[in-house]
Amino acid sequence: MRKQPDIQREGHMDLGFVDEVAAIPGGEKIVDCIQCGTCSGSCPTSFLMEDSPRSLIYKVRAGLKKEVLQSPDIWLCTSCYLCYVRCPKNIKVTDIMYALKRLSCKDSPIQRKGYHLAKSFMKVVNKYGRNQETELLLRFFLRANPIGLIRNAFIGLNLFIRGRMPIFPNKIKQRKQFRAIVARAETLSN
Amino acid sequence: MALQKEYLYYPGCSLHSSATAYDDSSRAVLSALGSKVVEIDDWNCCGATAYMAIKEMTAFTISARNLAIAEKKGDHVVAPCSGCYVGLSKANNYIKEFPEVQKKVNTALAEGGLSYNGTVHVRHVMDLFVHDLGADELKKFIKKPLKDLKVGCYYGCQIVRPKNEIDSPEYPTTMEKLMEACGATPIDFVMKAFCCGGAILGTEEAIGVRLIKNLMQSAKKNGAEILVTPCPLCQMNLDAYQRRAAKKYGMKFDIPVLYFTQLIGLAMGIAPKKLGIGKEIVSAKSVLKQFL
Repeated sequence: MRKQPDIQREGHMDLGFVDEVAAIPGGEKIVDCIQCGTCSGSCPTSFLMEDSPRSLIYKVRAGLKKEVLQSPDIWLCTSCYLCYVRCPKNIKVTDIMYALKRLSCKDSPIQRKGYHLAKSFMKVVNKYGRNQETELLLRFFLRANPIGLIRNAFIGLNLFIRGRMPIFPNKIKQRKQFRAIVARAETLSN
Repeated sequence: MALQKEYLYYPGCSLHSSATAYDDSSRAVLSALGSKVVEIDDWNCCGATAYMAIKEMTAFTISARNLAIAEKKGDHVVAPCSGCYVGLSKANNYIKEFPEVQKKVNTALAEGGLSYNGTVHVRHVMDLFVHDLGADELKKFIKKPLKDLKVGCYYGCQIVRPKNEIDSPEYPTTMEKLMEACGATPIDFVMKAFCCGGAILGTEEAIGVRLIKNLMQSAKKNGAEILVTPCPLCQMNLDAYQRRAAKKYGMKFDIPVLYFTQLIGLAMGIAPKKLGIGKEIVSAKSVLKQFL
């Protein structure tokens, strides 16, 4: 039997999705995309993606919100900005990937490892005002990747011996002021 | 060309933990070149890649807290870490380009009694060597030329992209000129501004290890004895994971990875200990033995 094509009907589409993504500063350029694929060809991790950056942009414009936000591929963006500098239509592709990451934190029930790393990073920074690499790695690996903790224990030890993994956190002095600024900024998010 | 008498310095979190060698060598070299480094008072995280993935406006705001504090003291902020350089300059550019971003950032900063007018110029430490000092001027300070040392200059991503005032976003060549000035022989390799995987080594190790393999293979094929980089995360990834990559793909890599400031310092005759040489996992001792 012939495979039925996977047809999405207009009713399944969230046509406001593209506006949510385009709400980032300068994000309105997403509608200029000509689907040339320069971004996907430049991407260092697209060889493993089911939905490359080009395809993600296409699906955003088609309103396939759920499919896009649940895709593990948005978390494979390493933020190397090669797509960004090569895009012939000057679309800030890397920033769009950031926007998709943020929207997926809000709307998708599936939490990827990249999400946990970012979230742990934010928690540590909000606590001390600075990143504390040792605590960040412990938090992240215990939460999302316990096997990674064992796999990387030897590297951790090597760094520790060389004085590259301090145990005590490096804090800022005005933590109260910092947290007040963060709290106010969060109410202003777009 | 000459360096300014004084620069505001934003070390960033890595330079206080895993990349102290970069901090030490940057300070030692700048001071030997006659420039004073003034650390920004009570600086905080730059709102790097990972923070940006969760909260954009908050990331811009915490970045701007640093710029607001710096603005009171001067107008050139130097960040040695490429991640910080992009974090700070991205926030800076967005604040300048989009008035609504500036308004929101300042509303939040007001909560801590700060405001930012957008007058700071964010610069990478490599930018100082390239544009303020220049390779020709650097040559005058070289006391122990790194003769016949084959150096691969690995830029990584975030120093040359997205926007920068330093070099070509795809095929940069400035670090090679600095290494030439130090008497070394820079080798060319095509992957020099390609991604090392960044934070992906923690989340999807197999992908990161493959990227590292590609990089190291390209550097080795072109004859690099040692790699230099201007980024703490690149240094960490290439240094800590090259042996794992070699094992997985049946190859052999034994290429030490240093910060470019460490080699410049060495050529200027600064003691290796002051430059943090010896803190790397793949030891640089045998490659550098005639210069140590």
